[in-house]
Amino acid sequence: MANTREIRRRIRSVENTAKITNAIQLVAASKMRRAQDRALQARPYAEKMQAVLGHLSGVAGDPDTAHPLLERREINETTVILITPDRGLCGGLIANLERHTGEIVLGPEAGGSGDISMIPVGRKGGDYFQRFGINFRASFQELGDYPGLAETQPISRIAIDDYTEGRVDQVLLVYASFINTVSQVPVTVPILPVEPPPSGEESSGETQYIFEPSPQEVLADLLPRYVDLLVYQAVLEAAASEQSARMVAMRNATDAANDMIADLTLVYNKARQEQITSELLDITGGVEALKG
Amino acid sequence: MPLTLEIITGERRLLRQEDVDEVVAPGSLGELGILPNHAPLITSLAPGELRVKTGNDVEEFFVSGGFLEVHSDEVTVLADAAEHGSEIDAERAEAARQRAQERLEQASDADRARAQAALARSLQRLRVLEHRRRRGGGGREMSR
Repeated sequence: MANTREIRRRIRSVENTAKITNAIQLVAASKMRRAQDRALQARPYAEKMQAVLGHLSGVAGDPDTAHPLLERREINETTVILITPDRGLCGGLIANLERHTGEIVLGPEAGGSGDISMIPVGRKGGDYFQRFGINFRASFQELGDYPGLAETQPISRIAIDDYTEGRVDQVLLVYASFINTVSQVPVTVPILPVEPPPSGEESSGETQYIFEPSPQEVLADLLPRYVDLLVYQAVLEAAASEQSARMVAMRNATDAANDMIADLTLVYNKARQEQITSELLDITGGVEALKG
Repeated sequence: MPLTLEIITGERRLLRQEDVDEVVAPGSLGELGILPNHAPLITSLAPGELRVKTGNDVEEFFVSGGFLEVHSDEVTVLADAAEHGSEIDAERAEAARQRAQERLEQASDADRARAQAALARSLQRLRVLEHRRRRGGGGREMSR
């Protein structure tokens, strides 16, 4: 049996690990609640904006000519905006995102329809894809746990500028979609050219809106904001996903550490008893020998 | 039938009120008033003051731009940023105005538009405050 001091040291070390993972879990749980809340709060705005865009797309004329952000071009270069956490310790989340993105930017299909560039948001994704020598149009880090529109707008503005000035012909957004606390799935959302949502059936036929100043001008005002919003929402969802993934991963780690402590304690007690037994045997043996 | 007014920004729902009599909004073509039974309308907004009349009560909001939709007596304001009059910080708005003014004086062409927009926003914030003060405060305080 391993020596008892060795086992005791292992127990203490696992206990310390459990304390840390437990602390991270608690912090992630409280951040998760707020991040989920914010993701939900942004929803009414997004829904309303989509509805307005739906009304507009019907009247603004041919989508290919109505506004530069709607124009579909032949794809010579695709940019992928990848949203990842800045920090690890969140289970398989980052690896899943990297694999998902890898299929787009590194897979056999990649570059088939032109060049690929990226805008990594978050340290982890940037670090990973830098190794493959992919061209970064920009990179963003440390948006904070609760980024606001002011923090995400520079991201969408770069995408919009690159698109309108013809450097990029398609922009995809990759992030971890928040399904629920235990499930986050990487998704790819094309954001440019803007795909207007279909105008709702009942509204398109019956209601004739007045547009001020004109449908085209409202559209021109709305589209950049719509792109801003898509990016903002993705960042919020990614934040909720990150905190949930971290909380679950750290809870599993804490549970595993506690199991390990229980096992090690058992082994330790056995070893201690065995040691006592053998010491007793030694003593009684010695006594017997003296008697002899 | 009174109007239902909703003010939503990307970050929160600022207001939802059902018994509104009139909304005066800073449309990009000029101020416009909306009474019940207004025709369906979508307009972009300029930075400015949004007034909400309910009975004898008037409340002021600041919106920094965005859109307004009217549809079957529901008025929805999609604002880039919006604040209730009581939320506006006079000192901050004044500081922002001075900053924007200084920037405007030494701005290159690229910065000029942004400085101008910032100046317009801060001036409109101050205007909302001024109106609020002249009316003698009042109205309810927003919870946040």
